[in-house]
Amino acid sequence: MNAPTNPTLLERRDALQGLGDSRLRKEDARFIQGKGNYVDDIKMPGMLHMDIVRSPFAHARIKGIDKSEALKVPGVIAVLTAEDLKPLKLHWMPTLAGDVAAVLADEKVHFQMQEVAVVIAEDRYAAADGVEAVRVDYEELPPVIDAKEALKPDAPVLREDLAGKTEGAHGKREHHNHIFTWDAGDKAAADAAFAAAPVVVKQHLLYPRVHPCPLETCGCVASFDPVRGELTTFLTSQAPHVVRTVVSLLSGIPESKVRIVSPDIGGGFGNKVGIYPGYVCAIVASIVLGKPVKWVEDRIENISSTAFARDYHMDGEIAATADGKITGLRVHVIADHGAFDACADPTKFPAGLFHICSGSYDIPAAFASVKGVYTNKAPGGVAYRCSFRVTEAVYLIERLVDVLAQKLGIDKAEIRAKNFIRKEQFPYTSAFGFEYDSGDYQTALDKVLKAVDYKALRAEQAAKRADPNSPTLMGIGLASFTEVVGAGPSKMCDILGVGMFDSCEIRVHPTGSAIARMGTTSQGQGHQTTYAQIIATELGIASEVIQVEEGDTSTAPYGLGTYGSRSTPVAGAAIAMASRKIHAKAKKIAAHLLEVGEDDLDFEIDRFNVKGDAARHKTMKDICWAAYNNVPPGMEMGLEAVHYYDPPNFTFPFGIYLCVVDIDRATGETKVRRFYALDDCGTRINPMIIEGQIHGGLTEGYAVAMGQQMPFDAQGNLLGNTLMDYFLPTFVETPHWETDHTVTPSPHHPLGAKGVAESPHVGSIPTFTSAVVDAFAHLGVTHMTMPHSSYRVWQQLVASGVNL
Amino acid sequence: MPKKLITVTVNGRKLEKAVEPRTLLIHFLREELQLTGAHIGCETSHCGVCTVDIDGQSVKSCTHLAVQCDGSEVLTVEGLAQGGVLHAVQEGFYKEHGLQCGFCTPGMLMRAYRLLQENPAPSEEEIRMGMAGNLCRCTGYQNIVKAVQYAAAKLQAHQESQKEGVAA
Repeated sequence: MNAPTNPTLLERRDALQGLGDSRLRKEDARFIQGKGNYVDDIKMPGMLHMDIVRSPFAHARIKGIDKSEALKVPGVIAVLTAEDLKPLKLHWMPTLAGDVAAVLADEKVHFQMQEVAVVIAEDRYAAADGVEAVRVDYEELPPVIDAKEALKPDAPVLREDLAGKTEGAHGKREHHNHIFTWDAGDKAAADAAFAAAPVVVKQHLLYPRVHPCPLETCGCVASFDPVRGELTTFLTSQAPHVVRTVVSLLSGIPESKVRIVSPDIGGGFGNKVGIYPGYVCAIVASIVLGKPVKWVEDRIENISSTAFARDYHMDGEIAATADGKITGLRVHVIADHGAFDACADPTKFPAGLFHICSGSYDIPAAFASVKGVYTNKAPGGVAYRCSFRVTEAVYLIERLVDVLAQKLGIDKAEIRAKNFIRKEQFPYTSAFGFEYDSGDYQTALDKVLKAVDYKALRAEQAAKRADPNSPTLMGIGLASFTEVVGAGPSKMCDILGVGMFDSCEIRVHPTGSAIARMGTTSQGQGHQTTYAQIIATELGIASEVIQVEEGDTSTAPYGLGTYGSRSTPVAGAAIAMASRKIHAKAKKIAAHLLEVGEDDLDFEIDRFNVKGDAARHKTMKDICWAAYNNVPPGMEMGLEAVHYYDPPNFTFPFGIYLCVVDIDRATGETKVRRFYALDDCGTRINPMIIEGQIHGGLTEGYAVAMGQQMPFDAQGNLLGNTLMDYFLPTFVETPHWETDHTVTPSPHHPLGAKGVAESPHVGSIPTFTSAVVDAFAHLGVTHMTMPHSSYRVWQQLVASGVNL
Repeated sequence: MPKKLITVTVNGRKLEKAVEPRTLLIHFLREELQLTGAHIGCETSHCGVCTVDIDGQSVKSCTHLAVQCDGSEVLTVEGLAQGGVLHAVQEGFYKEHGLQCGFCTPGMLMRAYRLLQENPAPSEEEIRMGMAGNLCRCTGYQNIVKAVQYAAAKLQAHQESQKEGVAA
């Protein structure tokens, strides 16, 4: 494309609001006027309401369920238990991870708040009354809450349904509570590196169980039409096509008669990838009763039972030379998957893409082993605003590099620079086998250190440390992270056997406007705005007249959905490729109209010009009209294209984050004085939206690092499942964010774009820990377990003898 | 359960409705009046996505009974725009990218609307304190602060131009 050279060209380009424009969002008009359309806003004639009876115990045998009183409650229509689902073979369902999960507890409950029965009633109040009236007789069993206890020889047997199964979906099971062991890298090479290393550092890292907690909880409205045999379900899903396939497989209804619609979604963050018992029960109830059935969980149900994240118990070791060059990495993880293995990872990767844990560093030998175990906690292990376990991986390597720096007395910026994969090494194949597409870590690091005046910060810190009367401890945190996103190449990545491509269908109308339908689903990312911008630049059609639709499986082409930062890397590429098919046809039509050869034409913003004679041209508007009445002989009429994009590789966004904290020596209160986030997501589509995504991701990272956790007592009671206890930062605690960027395009993506919305979550969490630990580094502290709440930080102040 | 008759003015429209005494205001608005702008996020008054304005005060309608509104005036997000013209807070959220998934937005707008009447020229700190009862998981609040500042400036400019008009 020619660069605009005069105001007319600039005006024409700006009128498109294409790639790179901070275009205001098209979605906003409905949301600011209360006209969004979320699942709970949907009301259908004759609609019934479903509510769920849940277990108070983490591990218990069900001795009996008495529905009789519930059925007497005015307005209650039906009560369903596992016994009722058995004839339909729907009391258990397959999970995306190759395990099975109970839809309604069958003989035993495996976690507190597990679904035991459902009540369907005329309104939500009657359904809740019905739930109160169901009597369940339990016999308590000893629970396993600590993942490290799960594999002891005498640990209670949790999954009696798996008795005698020595093979799981990911190989041999070594114990009754063992799910899988997954290894990556070269163990012998790593062991050799450690044997030869003059320096070895080790660190145990607990990544606590947390919950994505979007403000909209999960729910659905299922509506089965018994006359047509068609099922329509409005559902809070980040991946409606996958839900359609699963529902069809479970119900036996042909996929062509199942319609899943994700309407407006009130935030997902990984929580809305899974397929939950509530959805299945509402669908079954609608099929059985022939009426629409709505189920929307409340907040306690959301935090207690739908997918959690993390719960990784990691042991990491780094081998290095005396001057801090890393020579090897070894990692062992116990992964607590809860009662059923219901992670939503690509099939071949039970630990997701955890093997990105060599990070931004040129590490010649590495080995990682992840052991998944069952416990009496809710199932899940989803990617909470990250690509499949990348958050855990990045936390691990960034913490270990800090620990190494501290042990060797090398500055944490310097040790990173010493170990970076250098710009000229890309494409770079890591010891775990990933081929990093592009990166320029040193330039980004230099930019950040300069922007914050790192030397001055270190001098200030030294002065504070020297002053025994300083009321605060000052800490400086740094992370230089690399993510792997955009899953993914179908040769490696599938869900239920369906390759992880994504799709776009574009139709251009005779008068020059267009509609694009996508396989992804926005949950706030602004796809309706940004996708149109890509088409605008590719085709020369103004964003304003491009409609983007997604989320309805009856109209959208099959796609794998929105999570793992895959929308821009995969669907964004599909848009570019579909647009280019249309562009190629438009060029042929232009040549025909101008009676020249295609090679005689140049594309310029919104038109094709005859080379050397721009006065002779056809605008896209002219071409759109001609596509429906005057095409070259032998060409089909119309102007549309579909593209299913199977990415050749993942993309590898990166960033450098720096954080300054001041810790109150009397209270442990930790104030984030400054947070500087530099992101490189390759080509930037809408800088305003990118900045918004980064603010949001940093805030979620702040939440995880500083306050979020799901604590359990020894009986398996979840001690923090309301917003009173579970930390969501407010306006007041949330720091002010400073953002910056470099641009290193992905060489394999049609637009050079890499994806961005998860980077700030992934990158900020180790940065916060790095800052908090750094405040104590001169006292010999090398690691502190998240979350860094005031109480915990105060405990460290006391332990280090520096509390006031 | 016997119902109770209440008279309530919602977005300027006076209504007489029979409601169950236990009906929460948020359910009355969403299910009885089809005003689905205000949402339900936590049922415990923590998140604020259900915020509406009752007789000049911000109220979390998920922990307020419909019968408590007997004789009251209720304003919801659907009543903010007047004559097809967006209110300054709505315009601010749009211009400053103060929303992403949109779920918290109606509650945020209603709280911002009231805050700017309580304090027409708030500092950033006053905005952060004054809005702290409303949670957002997407934006990190920074652009919401800017949106409220935008609205404050616009409302002040409007007031001043009106004053000048009166003086002239």
